[in-house]
Amino acid sequence: MFKYILKRIALMIFVLFSITTMSFVLIKLLPLPNIEAFGQDMELIRMRREALGYNKPILVQYGIFLKKSLLEGNWGISETLYRGQEVWKIFMSKMPATLLVNIYSLLFSVPVGILLGIYAALKKNKWQEYVISTLIMVFISVPSYVYGLLLQYLLAFKLKWFPFQMDSGTDYFSFSMFRSLVPAILALGFPTIAGLARNVRAELSEVLTSDFMLLARTKGLTRSQATVRHALRNSMVPIFPMILGEFIGILSGSLIIEKIFGIPGIGQLFLNSITALDYNLFMLLTVFYTFIGLAAGLVVDISYGLIDPRIRMGER
Amino acid sequence: MEKKMDYTNIPKEKFQFYQRTENIHDKKLDTKPVGYFRDAMRRFARNKSSVAAAVIICLLVAYAIFIPWIAGNNYTNSPTDTTYLRYTKLLPKSRLFAWAGWDGCTKETLSKNDYYARLAIAAETGMNPIVKVYREDYVAENSVSNTTYYDVKIDSYIKNGMIYLSLTPEEYQSIQDWQNETGIQVIYPAVDTSDFKVASLKTDANIWYQCNQKGAPKLDKEGNYVPLYRTTGNDGDYNSLRIEGDDGSYKYATMMGTSASPSYNVRVFTYTYFQYRYGFEPCFLFGTNAYGQDILTRLANGARFSMVFAICVSAVNLLIGAIYGAIEGYYGGKTDLIMERIVDILSGVPFVVVVTLFQLHLAKKVGPLPSLLFAFVLTGWIGMSSKTRMQFYRFKNQEYILAARTLGAGDFRLMFGHIFPNALGTLITSAVLYIPSVVYSESNLTYLGIVNLDSSTRTSIGSMLSSGQSIMANFPHVVLFPAIFIALLLISFNLFGNGLRDAFNPSLRGTED
Repeated sequence: MFKYILKRIALMIFVLFSITTMSFVLIKLLPLPNIEAFGQDMELIRMRREALGYNKPILVQYGIFLKKSLLEGNWGISETLYRGQEVWKIFMSKMPATLLVNIYSLLFSVPVGILLGIYAALKKNKWQEYVISTLIMVFISVPSYVYGLLLQYLLAFKLKWFPFQMDSGTDYFSFSMFRSLVPAILALGFPTIAGLARNVRAELSEVLTSDFMLLARTKGLTRSQATVRHALRNSMVPIFPMILGEFIGILSGSLIIEKIFGIPGIGQLFLNSITALDYNLFMLLTVFYTFIGLAAGLVVDISYGLIDPRIRMGER
Repeated sequence: MEKKMDYTNIPKEKFQFYQRTENIHDKKLDTKPVGYFRDAMRRFARNKSSVAAAVIICLLVAYAIFIPWIAGNNYTNSPTDTTYLRYTKLLPKSRLFAWAGWDGCTKETLSKNDYYARLAIAAETGMNPIVKVYREDYVAENSVSNTTYYDVKIDSYIKNGMIYLSLTPEEYQSIQDWQNETGIQVIYPAVDTSDFKVASLKTDANIWYQCNQKGAPKLDKEGNYVPLYRTTGNDGDYNSLRIEGDDGSYKYATMMGTSASPSYNVRVFTYTYFQYRYGFEPCFLFGTNAYGQDILTRLANGARFSMVFAICVSAVNLLIGAIYGAIEGYYGGKTDLIMERIVDILSGVPFVVVVTLFQLHLAKKVGPLPSLLFAFVLTGWIGMSSKTRMQFYRFKNQEYILAARTLGAGDFRLMFGHIFPNALGTLITSAVLYIPSVVYSESNLTYLGIVNLDSSTRTSIGSMLSSGQSIMANFPHVVLFPAIFIALLLISFNLFGNGLRDAFNPSLRGTED
């Protein structure tokens, strides 16, 4: 197991390194944004770019980039979007908003999703199951911006229960902030709820028909006892890594929900960095997204083995 | 046991017929044999939701294919005319379902001045933009001023009334001819604006009556508007329909420009001018968007694009994935190891980053659409290749492959003649299942604006939604129809795909009943 984890981590570092290299080269090959538009002195800009090493060969630049970013945590400065500020600081300042929305939404959607899944599995082939399955189908298929817009229209425009966009600038933990986030939390939560409920229902209904459940009933447990003690535990084996993966995945934020509800988070930053052609910011976010994606996959895979001793990872 | 038998030379007479009287064939089967495909179809047909989904998909595809042909006309094909006609943000209107509220009307609260301005349109043209008055002449709560308001149901197709247009002599003449031919009034008399001191009143084409400097009409004793039509000046020998109450003295145009190249400034009624220009009364089933484009045909164009794009991506991915996976799975060993690492790297790159980089690098050279296609193809085949690889691992060591190899079949023949057909069923199913996910990500990307495919003739559902979002509060129809379309499309595609997957999975046989 330990060897397997080490192997996976080594592979992950290798993949991350390759992707970073590729994206660095590709980004460096792009033409630099035309800074004349800012009404600054071109000569000054040329000198500054020279000093920052923009005219060196790309591989040399890459070496400098790796050294600075890994050893000193210096990812360069923002060129166009937040002129002159350090990219890393901007990035960290955007983190709380993303984390806040996503953690709220997970806190709400994980229990709801699991409960719905359990309920549907217990009511197999009854109308309750059909209703839940239909809802799951709808929320898995429909893109999140569709119900994001729908929620915004209904809750904010029509009913006027919540503000149209996030209250930025106020305290992150104030009630008015929470209230302004509710539509976003709901919109973010629906796909998670649907995904979880679907998996829980599938796993649980499989476990419920297995032989050891029959044994549990035969030895005298009631249906609820058997379900809680035997079926639920077993069905959670594939579900738990999924939740863990979600928890890591939330760091990257949701581009769409952040755009609709005006949440000043990582997703917005990414979109803005593309439109403003802020390459240093874009580079940092690329590495970050790649890392999050790989780490989530790794954690999911490893946790399978840790949770369930019957699964031996890395064996052939 | 040690009985020695020589089987090589058995004399002929020792052989005898076992049976020679009657045929010993098995009884011929009464029913036709059911093949894999037929069985899958039969089981698919039993799944009601999937069949319903298939029907809905067919309808949506038919909508995307046929609507631009049926509903496409000069108006929907001309992007430039719409802005000056002010035919933007019209509400959905259906002549057939007008009784159900699908009538292009909306509820508005108007100030008294606006209310009378709308009524003036009715008085002049005979077409009343105010369909219904819910509440009249009330003072708003918490209001300090004594302005009164009207709650009315207003027809969005008529409420804009008149506009000023500058016409060349040919256009001027052609409108007159059209008026004579059809008897529909397009050009209305010019207005004597010399008394107005406010610039906004002078340029407002809807004011044709005496009013104060704020635009409030001065009514005569019977409560009618007092016309302010111009009776002096040159109107270029207007020789066509005249409005009711015109004794022949009203002038219908203002001469502009030089005598060498004259132009006529005329007041035209947008509704009838539209009829003149495009030959039909304005009526948009899904309304129009912020640029006055017809949502019905635009949505169909966007849907067409999404579907064609998704099918292309899916087909290309199937091809690449099949070849890559076949090579990986067939050769195995070192080849497999290296190729798997390449897959690991490619699958680790976040999709938005790939798309963005392709857009930044290639969009200027080859256009946004090909670069989007490349981005989808770059990582999209990975799923296909791993499925193919799995099938190859399963089948490559089986006896029949060994037999074929012994008979001298080459690598290529073994790969694609003998092993690949086994994987075909799963691959085709997953290629079909891949289509909705392409539609999904494509609409996400265009919604976010990372990829911009919007132009006057081409659009995608995502960009329709993102451009409609800003006016969604007052004009929900701009967002509603594309949203419903994509939601329906994706739901039914997923249902259809699930049904297909279950039907083609032989291990599920008999479990559904």
